[in-house]
Amino acid sequence: MNIFKLSIKNIISKPLSSLLSLALLVFGIGIISLLLQLNSLIKTQMDNNLKGIDMVVGAKGSPLQLILSAVYHIDSPTGNISVEDAKKIKNNRMVGSSIDLLYGDNYKGYRIVGTDDEFLDLYDAKIKDGRKWEDPFEVVVGSKIYSNLGLKLDDELMSSHGLRETGEAHGDQLFKIVGLLEPSNSVIDQLIVTSPESIWDLHGEHDHSGEEHDDEHDHDHDDEHDHDHDDEEITAMLIKFQNPMNIIQFPRQINEETNLQAAVPSYEISRLFKLFGFGIETLTYLAYLIIIVSAFSLFINLFNSMRDRKYEMALIRTLGSSRRQLSFMIIFESLILTTVGFLIGLLVSRLGVMFVSSLMEESLNYNLNSFGILNEELWLLILSIFIGLISSIIPALQVYNLNISEVLGDE
Amino acid sequence: MIKTKALKFNYNNQVSFNFPDISLNKNENLLIIGSSGIGKTTLLHLLAGLLQSNSGSINLYGQDISKLTQHQIDKFRGQNIGIVFQKPHFVNSLTVKENLQLAQYLGNKKDDSRIVDILSSLDILDKENKNPKKLSQGEKQRASIAMAIVNSPKLILADEPTSSLDDENCERVIKLLKKQASDFNAQLIVITHDNRLKKHFKKSIKL
Repeated sequence: MNIFKLSIKNIISKPLSSLLSLALLVFGIGIISLLLQLNSLIKTQMDNNLKGIDMVVGAKGSPLQLILSAVYHIDSPTGNISVEDAKKIKNNRMVGSSIDLLYGDNYKGYRIVGTDDEFLDLYDAKIKDGRKWEDPFEVVVGSKIYSNLGLKLDDELMSSHGLRETGEAHGDQLFKIVGLLEPSNSVIDQLIVTSPESIWDLHGEHDHSGEEHDDEHDHDHDDEHDHDHDDEEITAMLIKFQNPMNIIQFPRQINEETNLQAAVPSYEISRLFKLFGFGIETLTYLAYLIIIVSAFSLFINLFNSMRDRKYEMALIRTLGSSRRQLSFMIIFESLILTTVGFLIGLLVSRLGVMFVSSLMEESLNYNLNSFGILNEELWLLILSIFIGLISSIIPALQVYNLNISEVLGDE
Repeated sequence: MIKTKALKFNYNNQVSFNFPDISLNKNENLLIIGSSGIGKTTLLHLLAGLLQSNSGSINLYGQDISKLTQHQIDKFRGQNIGIVFQKPHFVNSLTVKENLQLAQYLGNKKDDSRIVDILSSLDILDKENKNPKKLSQGEKQRASIAMAIVNSPKLILADEPTSSLDDENCERVIKLLKKQASDFNAQLIVITHDNRLKKHFKKSIKL
């Protein structure tokens, strides 16, 4: 038996009031830690997918929508642009490299993207089994898709029109899986990648683009089989600059002088985070308020229990405990509670992350999984310890100055 | 040896107590008898070092405890003095055994076999893992005697141990106290207003 064990026994012997002071702290710590985790996970996920993309060019519309659709694959595209227009941009000397993207179909909600080989290199995606696509209608499948849907090499997929599961099926043409990708922890994990020709050929008979723009593209299709794709269309283009300085001048030039839209992902995403940030900040303040309330509740809990146990304290003193030992007993009780509260709070936030992640996985095919401890969470630990000390100072001082003779004489 | 000299204690300059000198040889027990309000508990607290006297000296086994610091007195008490209170009190979050272990820890002595010895000599060994709140009155009293003697004190101070008991139980408790004291080589000082105890002590002081 020692003072530390005695503190633990004291906490266990009054489970209800201990739980109450714990609950508030767990709640506060849990919320803050959950926000920190989500913020950091979403940011990492977003940044991961931004690597190597300085600018996105697509049809006029909302720049954020263009970024979300072409970089993160979670929104509808703004429309299509002609290959001819795209070529003009590509030939500009400021452009370092560019990758075409074509949408139009999905398989069970997972987007099928027609693109170049460089798209795989952009995300450092490696082929795990099989090979890259060569002929039209050969596809390479991201890791999350084949593990979720149980697909394997040589399986044939019947795609649906549009980007959502509900589109009509293309009964006449099947995609064939020729390669499976290694997990890369980026968007490519939830994409089906193929050549641009596959998408053109598939839609050549009726139109060139996503479901939203059926009416705008009533071209004459006499030349559809000459395989010179100059008047074909693409959905968007990912661009890396020759020189990072061009990021200021070039997008503006495109937006002002052409009927295309250029958007800078890093700028749009930081704008998005600013919008998010406001809500996150409010919630964080609320959580800190809860933590302050928890400190009060802990203080009252200790203060009351100390009053109830006055005689016990006097007894412990007569058994030979020094005043300091007795004060430490109170401080330990408080510190044990706040540290346990911190740990449970972290646990709760991890469960929260798992929950949010499963929601995002369902609706956006996104998932977040990392359970490391953030630096900010170490600050929360220090905050918890501080709360433990603060709320136990007054009770500990009172115990220190307890007049045992008076208490014992009062019985 | 226990010697006090010209002990004096004031409560707020209004009530003041002057205590007769006590002189006790090794192995001698003492009964201090007096009616309520005469400072019995004050004297016991002075002897136990729970209160500081205003003047006079208390010499316990060669140590003048009025010259010790608070911290030293706490240590000295833990190792040399066992106190039996009028009402038995325990740390309620601990079992009987854990209470005794706590007393040993605070008195810097660790000896589980002694706990077993004491509990069996008081006939409550089967209650060692019970919460003290769950004991009967008689068991509580015996457990509180165990608390007082677990660290093999040289001196056991008992504050009104029998005042609320009937004759039969009074007899039983005082005999138990005396037996435990002599079995474990401790001196016993009982402070009480209970005249029934007189016949059990050779030496007594009236306040």
